[in-house]
Amino acid sequence: MTTQPIYLDYAATTPVDPRVAAKMIPYLTELFGNPASRSHAYGWVAEEAVELAREQVATLIGADPKEIVWTSGATESNNLAIKGAARFYAASRGKHLITPKTEHKSVLDTCRELEREGFTVTYLDVEPNGLIDLEKLAAAIRPDTVLVSTMYVNNEIGVIQDVAAIGALCREKGVIYHVDAAQAAGKVEIDLAKTPIDLLSLSAHKSYGPKGIGALYVRRKPRVRLEALIHGGGHERGLRSGTLPTHQIVGMGEAYAIARSSMAAENERIRWLRDRLWTGLSTMEEVYLNGDLDARVPHNLNVSFNYVEGESLLMGIKQLAVSSGSACTSASLEPSYVLRALGRNDELAHSSIRFSIGRFTTEAEVDTTIALVTDAVAKLRELSPLWEMVREGIDLESIQWAAH
Amino acid sequence: MAYSEKVIEHYENPRNVGAFGKDDEDVGTGMVGAPACGDVMRLQIKVSAEGVIEDAKFKTYGCGSAIASSSLVTEWVKGKTLSQALEIKNTEIAEELALPPVKIHCSILAEDAIKAAVADYRSKHGSTETETPICTPVAP
Repeated sequence: MTTQPIYLDYAATTPVDPRVAAKMIPYLTELFGNPASRSHAYGWVAEEAVELAREQVATLIGADPKEIVWTSGATESNNLAIKGAARFYAASRGKHLITPKTEHKSVLDTCRELEREGFTVTYLDVEPNGLIDLEKLAAAIRPDTVLVSTMYVNNEIGVIQDVAAIGALCREKGVIYHVDAAQAAGKVEIDLAKTPIDLLSLSAHKSYGPKGIGALYVRRKPRVRLEALIHGGGHERGLRSGTLPTHQIVGMGEAYAIARSSMAAENERIRWLRDRLWTGLSTMEEVYLNGDLDARVPHNLNVSFNYVEGESLLMGIKQLAVSSGSACTSASLEPSYVLRALGRNDELAHSSIRFSIGRFTTEAEVDTTIALVTDAVAKLRELSPLWEMVREGIDLESIQWAAH
Repeated sequence: MAYSEKVIEHYENPRNVGAFGKDDEDVGTGMVGAPACGDVMRLQIKVSAEGVIEDAKFKTYGCGSAIASSSLVTEWVKGKTLSQALEIKNTEIAEELALPPVKIHCSILAEDAIKAAVADYRSKHGSTETETPICTPVAP
């Protein structure tokens, strides 16, 4: 391949913005001090940079800097929030948790771990558009429910949960509410001064910052207590020991500062590109959008191309860096559990592609994408016995397929 | 996932794509797999009066390895008698295409497709030695 593929996988990770990288570099070389060193200027300079970044992160989400705990990323933040709160409040409040089936693995697997420790978890169904039905959530809350954890924005289908309403419900019931906002920061407006969220996980690398750094917001009023997962020097008020990676933290702060100033204009541009992509792709027959179109971040388009298998489609569009909802690419042959949870049938779940658009996507790239995908789908449908049968008017549901 | 050159080559230039009339007397059709599993293969063979496979066609819904396995099989069965075709083993397909372990099921499916196509042909000709593989979908 002579040229780099077109990158449309911003929901997986983003490039570090050059402005962010420029801010980080001095903290690797000259300004290398340990922010915990109180006895000399090297430490003071590093500490100052860490505290500025803490303020930048807090500002984007309407929080107090004292409510920000640095972690290695959203996976660690999810672990710390869920295990930390569940373990702290197990004796006083109970051992039941609630989370939707469409959560990220770092939430689902953390819940599985807590089940092994004796907690009970309700895995909540979502509606066909990917959103949580508030009444179903309310019905699932029990007297011993200690925590509800939901995503702000889903990583596969980009739908935005009504976190304000869920938070209000949790507050009313005296349940701690944790939100995984890895895909939300810099894409939707987050104002924790107004929204009743107790714990909120953040990542830098989904928002043009570096990998390996994230944060957990821990509400102070009313105060939420956690049991630490990592013990040591008592950094981050004892919640997360370990020397702070100053350069990473500076990067996250700068990325979030840029997100704050550019979000409104950027979202508008990206929405325009996303709509152009959807308009182009949906001229084909049997193309379905997965997840609600309105309650959705502008960056995400998750599409099923019926009667075409996702992995073979990826092979046909090698000039594009996108991701397939079909997990056939990994060792398992299971289609996306998120799409299955929406009630999508297996064929549609197997034939989905996630396009995620970002800061550096151009109109020309979107147009090339439409042309490449249209060609590949047409070619694979010519190869597809399912497409031929449907064309002949055979109802695939009427065939008794043998599982293998 | 990195694919072998042979898989990519078959994917980009699939051999013998298409269909024969499935009710034709000299045609045997084997359709195996299921949409739920992410792959469905349909292999058709055209058999001469002497019992030799003269031509073969396929269509496959599935990953690149599934497409390559069925494309390869259409080449291999041509010129073989029915019993020779039945001797094609999934391990030979997997080896020829350098399939990784997670894709071995594609080669098994291709072997099953041959068996299903031969069984269909033989059943049309009243042969008693029909051998129906487990993966054959049943039309209503």
